[in-house]
Amino acid sequence: MKNIPRKELKVSAIENGTVIDHIPSENVFQVVKMLNLKNIGSQITVGINLESKKFGKKGILKVSDIYFEIEEINKIALVAPSATLIEIKDYEVISKKNISIPNEIMKFVKCFNPNCITNHENITTKFNVIKEEGEEVKLHCTYCDKITKKENITFI
Amino acid sequence: MENKSLVSINDYTKEEYQKILDLAEEFEVRTTQKILENYVVATLFFEPSTRTRLSFESAASRLGAKVIGFTDSASTSVKKGESLKDTILTVSKYSDIIVMRHPREGSAKYASEVSPVPIINAGDGSNQHPTQTLLDLYSIRKTQGSLDNKEVAFVGDLKFGRTVHSLVIALCSFNTTFHLVSPVELKLPSYVKKHIKESNLTYYQYTDLSDVIPKVDILYMTRIQRERFSDPIEYEKVKNSYILKNNMLNNSKDNLKILHPLPRVNEITEDVDSNPKAYYFQQAQNGVYVRQALLTTILGAK
Ligand SMILES: [Zn+2]
Repeated sequence: MKNIPRKELKVSAIENGTVIDHIPSENVFQVVKMLNLKNIGSQITVGINLESKKFGKKGILKVSDIYFEIEEINKIALVAPSATLIEIKDYEVISKKNISIPNEIMKFVKCFNPNCITNHENITTKFNVIKEEGEEVKLHCTYCDKITKKENITFI
Repeated sequence: MENKSLVSINDYTKEEYQKILDLAEEFEVRTTQKILENYVVATLFFEPSTRTRLSFESAASRLGAKVIGFTDSASTSVKKGESLKDTILTVSKYSDIIVMRHPREGSAKYASEVSPVPIINAGDGSNQHPTQTLLDLYSIRKTQGSLDNKEVAFVGDLKFGRTVHSLVIALCSFNTTFHLVSPVELKLPSYVKKHIKESNLTYYQYTDLSDVIPKVDILYMTRIQRERFSDPIEYEKVKNSYILKNNMLNNSKDNLKILHPLPRVNEITEDVDSNPKAYYFQQAQNGVYVRQALLTTILGAK
């Protein structure tokens, strides 16, 4: 253990499981919520405001003994678009994947239209993700047909 | 289309609307046909809209169906806090089809997801009102012989009028040329123009009504409401510029017909009413035939 560089010691290594790296620090708890990590019972290590060459400050989540489907993890792309998913077995990295924004987002996001039925009844929101070249993603509400822009996204 | 809800005009293909319009023509010839005698139609109006409700109820009655429902949510359990889902699930036990009008956008879509019986959207907030679009298409087809290659002018509030948006989008399937007449503040939104461009069709924008009248086959008038203007002075400036008077129709085409979704306030003067080119009351009447066609098609009775 003594040869591990000091930097790595800031968040302890895991034997088996998943590391979600490069999460914006301010969104780490949103990611915890989106992935429902509170209720999975595994050991979870949370790092916030860690130094990162690429991003200045970053957040990280280490989830022991759990592997995610990429489709499931993709939903965090709204709050952590540059996150990396690293899978670990026996302390070794077995895969590293970048996440990408899915075509559909269910729950988590509130429709920006105050008169949308989803803001007045107990309904799971559902959006189609509109990705256009050179533009920020937009969410198209499948109920009211209105668009929620990236800057107007609020999480439920 | 049988047993399928109608929430948005986009739920139907061009061929499907044509089928509904063909059937509506049969009902225009023979309006009273007792083919829905064993059916119950529920009309749930969570906000009042007398015209639309009466049109549906007239359509259902002429087909022999029983009609149940409410005309305003103030008098129902909704006021006591019942969820939309519970109202729909309950009423679906009493009826074979539900016609609903609701002030929230997306309500009809949601109702169609939870309801075991088909839903017809009679207006969800500012979102969709597909039966209005169908009756508008019917009126154009009937008066012009077909829907293809028409010159259609839309006049007035093109920004907030959902009737206009839906009809423009539907007409994009029929090689229409669009003439858009409105105050600058109330121009057609870009998402609707995008449909026109993506269909490789042409639109022209005007602020003056008289220029456009001689060019078109259909003049679709709408009401301009004071509350749509951020600056009341702007409203005062334009309010009289989009009023159609009979003498403005002198150089219009012989086949021109004037449509309006009604109710009218002052945007068409009463001297136009006796001009054979005025078609708005027949247009409202066509709504009954179109709704008869929809009810029978969705219930699988025809
Ligand atoms: Zn919405």
